[in-house]
Amino acid sequence: MSLPKDLKHSYYEASARGRILGLLDPGSFRELLPPQERAVSPHLQILGFPAAFDDGVIVGGGSLNGKPVLIAAQEGAFMGGSVGEVHGAKITGLLERALAERRGVLLLLESGGVRLHEANCALIAVSEIMRAVLELRAAGVPCIGLIGGTNGCFGGMSLVARLCDAIVMSEEGRLGLSGPEVIETVHGVEEFDSRDRALVWRTVGGKHRYLLREADRLVDDDIQAFRAAAIELLAQPKKLDLATLEQEQAKLNKRMTDFGACPDAVEVWSKMGIPEPKKLSLLDAAAFLSTVSAARGTP
Amino acid sequence: MKLDELLNALFPQGHKVTITNQVVIGAGKTKTGEIAVLGTTDHAYIGVEHALALAAEIINVIKNHPGRAILLLVDTQGQRLSRRDELLGINGFLAHVAKCLEFARSRGHKIVSLAYGEAVSGGFLSCGMVADETYALPDAQVRVMNLPAMSRVTKVPLERLKELSKTSPVFAPGVPSFLTLGGVAGVWGDSLSEKLEAALGKKTAGDKRRELGLAHGGRLLAHGVSKRVREEKLAG
Repeated sequence: MSLPKDLKHSYYEASARGRILGLLDPGSFRELLPPQERAVSPHLQILGFPAAFDDGVIVGGGSLNGKPVLIAAQEGAFMGGSVGEVHGAKITGLLERALAERRGVLLLLESGGVRLHEANCALIAVSEIMRAVLELRAAGVPCIGLIGGTNGCFGGMSLVARLCDAIVMSEEGRLGLSGPEVIETVHGVEEFDSRDRALVWRTVGGKHRYLLREADRLVDDDIQAFRAAAIELLAQPKKLDLATLEQEQAKLNKRMTDFGACPDAVEVWSKMGIPEPKKLSLLDAAAFLSTVSAARGTP
Repeated sequence: MKLDELLNALFPQGHKVTITNQVVIGAGKTKTGEIAVLGTTDHAYIGVEHALALAAEIINVIKNHPGRAILLLVDTQGQRLSRRDELLGINGFLAHVAKCLEFARSRGHKIVSLAYGEAVSGGFLSCGMVADETYALPDAQVRVMNLPAMSRVTKVPLERLKELSKTSPVFAPGVPSFLTLGGVAGVWGDSLSEKLEAALGKKTAGDKRRELGLAHGGRLLAHGVSKRVREEKLAG
């Protein structure tokens, strides 16, 4: 069962809970450690920050197109979706459950990365998430990352994103390691003008990530579009073996050779052979995909 | 400790490494045979080129030295902060290093990391903490971020963070904190070659850091929370 096509629901605008309910088969979601359990951060209290009863991440299970899946959704509105001790442990536990049950996972990533208010704890927490995703990859259990929220996916969670079998992004999504503001603070506005939104989206936004093959699917800002892509990608786990690693090594080497001297994404897109690269940011998902398909190649 | 001094202490039977653009690649002799040595030096800011060089060597070890243990030497100030690295997708490059290490692990290569200089943030996450176990020299500068930057981002006054750093392993940079939190499995103050042999010979299965954090009293919730999520019934 899916919503009628004319009822678009923005992934960007939705809460973490809204995204889960829109993605999974209606009525199928069951939450683990729900807010009633009050798994709050002990560290935020010490600093005088308010806590969230789910520590900013919702985890649980349900079905996606009839198949059982596990799901974690970071709530960007709480501490920027950042990872603290409890938040991280919920995700790691979910991933370990996925390994035990051999059940595919959807990770709805919206995060600034390590929650600095929990500093060292949080760094280890992110590392534990990384180890858990890697175990899933080694076991051939699919883990798909979805990125399309306000805060984007940055810091250690951007490493987690790229450990997944595949990533679905909307144009609104951003994926990068260091935030533009951080780079600007350290190296100045000439290095990265974080207030130049067009520049930010060209550099770390969904369309560029899709063209670079960092993201596997570029979809409309619509929960149903994310759902369709997730269904497709969960059915195609990417084996972690020598051949795929060597392919990735070759791909990244080629990216460096081809684009390592490009000052901006527009030069990258132009070198890729995309017609009228400066107009890409204006195109909707469908027009964008048909414009770039020849140059970008099949997913 | 300087790199050459460290290598002599770790490998009294001999070692051979090359250093190219702050990337360390080579091998060292242990009682049970040669092991691969990989990492960075000079407090490197790890960028796309460093990541590719490290990944290339891990793949080389997997292909040409089946079962050879890997020692990751960590000395990094974290990821390189540049628009170019972001444009090229540095998170993907670092994740690739982590995937190569995971695949090596699945092929029976033991992976031990040693923080010997600085061990910071994204660089540490992808090129150190992915190991079976992470160890550190006592004065290794292990941290997320420096306190003034943390203060700027969190808006918590620097004085408050400094005060908390005196007693809380959550905030205090440095090895003792990471030991208490379970992030580091041991500190190597002396007898480095013996400690390395012991680490290489230790059988590890899975990520024990939450258990360690609970046992040391630094992270009281992570173990239990993840266990509950793993085991609780999904209500029907």
